[in-house]
Amino acid sequence: MNNALGKLDRPNSYIGRSVTRPNAKRLLAGKGRYVTDMKLPRMLHAAFVRSPYAHAKIMSIDISAAAAMPGVHLVATGADLAKLCKPWVGTLDHFRGMKSSPQLPLAIDKVVWAGQAVVAVVAQSRALAEDAAELVEVAYEELGVVTDIDLARQEGSEIINPDLGTNLSFTLKVESGDVEAAFKDGAVEIEDVFHFGRHTAVTLEPRAIIADYNSSEEQLTVHHATQTPYQFQDLYSRYYGIAESRVRVVAPDIGGSFGMKLHVYHEDMAVVGLSMLTGRPVKYVADRMESFLSDIHARDHRVTSSMTADASGNILGMKVDDVTAIGAFSSFPRTSVVEGNQVVRLMGAPYRFRNYRGDLSVVFQNKVQTSQYRAVGHPIACSVTESLIDGIGRRLGLDPFEIRRRNIITQDMYPYTSPTGYKFERLSHEVCLDKLHAEMDYPRLLKQQEELRAKGVYRGIGIAMFVEITNPSPAFYGVGGARISSQDGAIVKITPSGEVQCLVSIGEHGQGTETIIGQIVAENLGVDRETVRVITGDTDVTPYGGANWACRGAGIGGETAFQAAKKLKQNVLAVAAAILQAKPSDLDIQNAQIVDAGTGNIRIALSEVARISYFRSDTLPDDVSPQLTVAHHYSPKGYPFAFTNGVQGCHVEVDVETGFVRLIDVWVVEDCGRIINPMLVNEQVRGGAIQGLGAALFEECRYGETGQLENGSLADYLVPMAYEMPDIKIFHVETPTRDTELGAKGCGEAGTAAASAAAMNAVNDAIAPLGAHVSQIPMTPQRLLRALGKV
Amino acid sequence: MNERVPIELEVNGEAVAKYVEPRLSLADFLREELELTGTHQGCEMGACGACLVLLNGKAVHSCLMFAVQAHGDHVETVEGLSQRKAIADIQQAFHNNNALQCGFCTAGMLVTAHELLSRNTTPTRHEIRDGLSGNYCRCTGYQAIVDSIVSVARSRAGNVDTPASPGERGTAS
Repeated sequence: MNNALGKLDRPNSYIGRSVTRPNAKRLLAGKGRYVTDMKLPRMLHAAFVRSPYAHAKIMSIDISAAAAMPGVHLVATGADLAKLCKPWVGTLDHFRGMKSSPQLPLAIDKVVWAGQAVVAVVAQSRALAEDAAELVEVAYEELGVVTDIDLARQEGSEIINPDLGTNLSFTLKVESGDVEAAFKDGAVEIEDVFHFGRHTAVTLEPRAIIADYNSSEEQLTVHHATQTPYQFQDLYSRYYGIAESRVRVVAPDIGGSFGMKLHVYHEDMAVVGLSMLTGRPVKYVADRMESFLSDIHARDHRVTSSMTADASGNILGMKVDDVTAIGAFSSFPRTSVVEGNQVVRLMGAPYRFRNYRGDLSVVFQNKVQTSQYRAVGHPIACSVTESLIDGIGRRLGLDPFEIRRRNIITQDMYPYTSPTGYKFERLSHEVCLDKLHAEMDYPRLLKQQEELRAKGVYRGIGIAMFVEITNPSPAFYGVGGARISSQDGAIVKITPSGEVQCLVSIGEHGQGTETIIGQIVAENLGVDRETVRVITGDTDVTPYGGANWACRGAGIGGETAFQAAKKLKQNVLAVAAAILQAKPSDLDIQNAQIVDAGTGNIRIALSEVARISYFRSDTLPDDVSPQLTVAHHYSPKGYPFAFTNGVQGCHVEVDVETGFVRLIDVWVVEDCGRIINPMLVNEQVRGGAIQGLGAALFEECRYGETGQLENGSLADYLVPMAYEMPDIKIFHVETPTRDTELGAKGCGEAGTAAASAAAMNAVNDAIAPLGAHVSQIPMTPQRLLRALGKV
Repeated sequence: MNERVPIELEVNGEAVAKYVEPRLSLADFLREELELTGTHQGCEMGACGACLVLLNGKAVHSCLMFAVQAHGDHVETVEGLSQRKAIADIQQAFHNNNALQCGFCTAGMLVTAHELLSRNTTPTRHEIRDGLSGNYCRCTGYQAIVDSIVSVARSRAGNVDTPASPGERGTAS
């Protein structure tokens, strides 16, 4: 089926074309409609009183002065909201034995991280709410603070959640083959300890929500900057006891998400209750400091790992011990252990060795919760694997390309099951590796490197192969009991004028969902894409679906629209056949005209079929009942995930006097299956790579010993800006999945998955002649100078 | 502190007279009092550039100014620049090159691009990246933004053969 697509010379053939985004014009004119921008009649504003301590008992709360302030409508404590909202627990059944404490919108007895919301103030304006928040008096008694992952697990450590009796949330062992025998047999062995800093999404639009509870209809409407409106419809319904059919979640324009805007946040849950208590719409927009203090963070892993190989460089086995800290509880509803789980399961994924042991320990600490953020676990697994394989290569005198060529899973080996249980339908490692080698002109770079080293200029070349998880089936969350849908829905309809509307459950956050769905629908129906209007993000309007996470939009949402449009086409042709007294199979649609399939001769306009169907059904035979609206759902079948793959290259120059790293060039070769719109894929991959480069060089949430975040502002937390970033060269290999007709896999995380790893390998290549090595990101100038023995 | 004071200024060519709290930032004034929500706030400390507007023709961070400080001034936002078609070619180039994803930073990017191109009609890629170094974008790789500004500079100089065609920038497939 796949080969039938992508013939760009056919009329209305859009799949595979770089077409522009219709909705981008509105955003360019400053006419976006973000939750941040919205006002509702009689809307009030919330601000939160936050804990200054990372761990403390709440002894008393005095709200009297705040409540008495003019313009203040409500001051609510944790106890007030606990009367309305049920507690939630961030565990899933398939993570056996995992522990986490129940959570409520506002702290009641104690606080467990610095910045936790304790009291909510609702007032006529945000400024007034903040003024009143300053008048709230909370008395605390400090408790011992747990920040260190080793101390947290020691006997006698302060226990953050006494009900659990431990600071260990979850452990997992993944074992396959005979790893001890492999290490005994190995000719070389490399071991290293890797540190991955905490970082965070930093969406430019912070979290934003407006809840509007109408008691007369018992109806809740929430305008929410979220990736997953259906998930929140379910949660608001169940945790506030409102009928699901009466909870509407609308996700309008969203200013970035990256996995951060699909978790339950205490403030967001509180806002729903605040609207119920005030009977008015309540808006909350996190300011940037609140974002740093309350958005999920990610990473924060320490990985001890070793790899062994025979004398020819064939990897024989790998051992991994990952300790990760997730904050004081596990996030909800996706948990905080998914990243660690993916770290230990993605280790060594591009390679063919069979002996593996991965140990995971997930630890509580008094910091903000961590959870899924773009490329969950991938950069960690990739950095560790790719650094160790470089180490094996160095020991054996094998070039980074050569050591990888000897170990990658090759075309003759699919379908392939990894030692950690992942099933790969078909990947394209050798093609990608060869392409990178050619495109970066590797021999030239090596020659140049050698010449410059003689002049005291230290350049490095790093490469990193990756495997990415996309198109998740219910195996991801559903099996664990989470009400997170892995299917999507699309409603496609012909309007009476013969135009097309598609309502789809995947959302638009700038990645181009509306564009690609328009391309898919237009191509499958045989109409101009300008006539297709795509509508997303409203649970009262769009059909139920998983929406946007884990790179599923194009692959699952796209396939849904693909199938829906094909069904609608059959319905149109059935009516047209009745009108024309022809067989449906003899007809086709091109450029919104019903044509003879064989000759392309125009028979009747689609608009005419629509007019007759809607207004003159009396002229149709009795047994013809036009169905010009199709509602269709699609759930992934076949492989539990559609894995993608690729390889990145990074060329850097390290100033060994200052420790600064200059990025000279970055290359990404990636295979996301069928590409629907190359222009959109390219900029997704570039943006993803830049987030990985930020993690490699700049980004880290730095905490002091008392659990205070020390750099929670955009002046202190460094994000990549245009000046530091190079142009990034993108190349594609296309291996469509055969599980769908469309054949698309995800591309949103490929850039992030391997960029840090390639950068770390490049830096280590640059400083290797000086006997220096780093195994920690971000690779700050200070850390590099330390590695170089200069400080 | 919260007592309102009168201000008069020109915003997007229209005379505006309002009573505002002295503590109200220019960004909040534009967004909340005038409903010009094309200007965004990403950091409220002058680091991200999402709130850039033109004040008497110069790009300023509207989050770092009080509305009262703009008394007697001319302010222009993305809405005004769009309305008078001052940045139509920049917007078109951004559209052609997919130089935006979520769009939240875009107004600030356009203001910077407009100012940069009025100062330097033939910027190099390096100069453009330098010029954009106060504008944070988390979605794109910045590259398409640089491409767009390059193509506008070239076409304004009468060299119209070069706007990067979509999908052909540094790619092979």
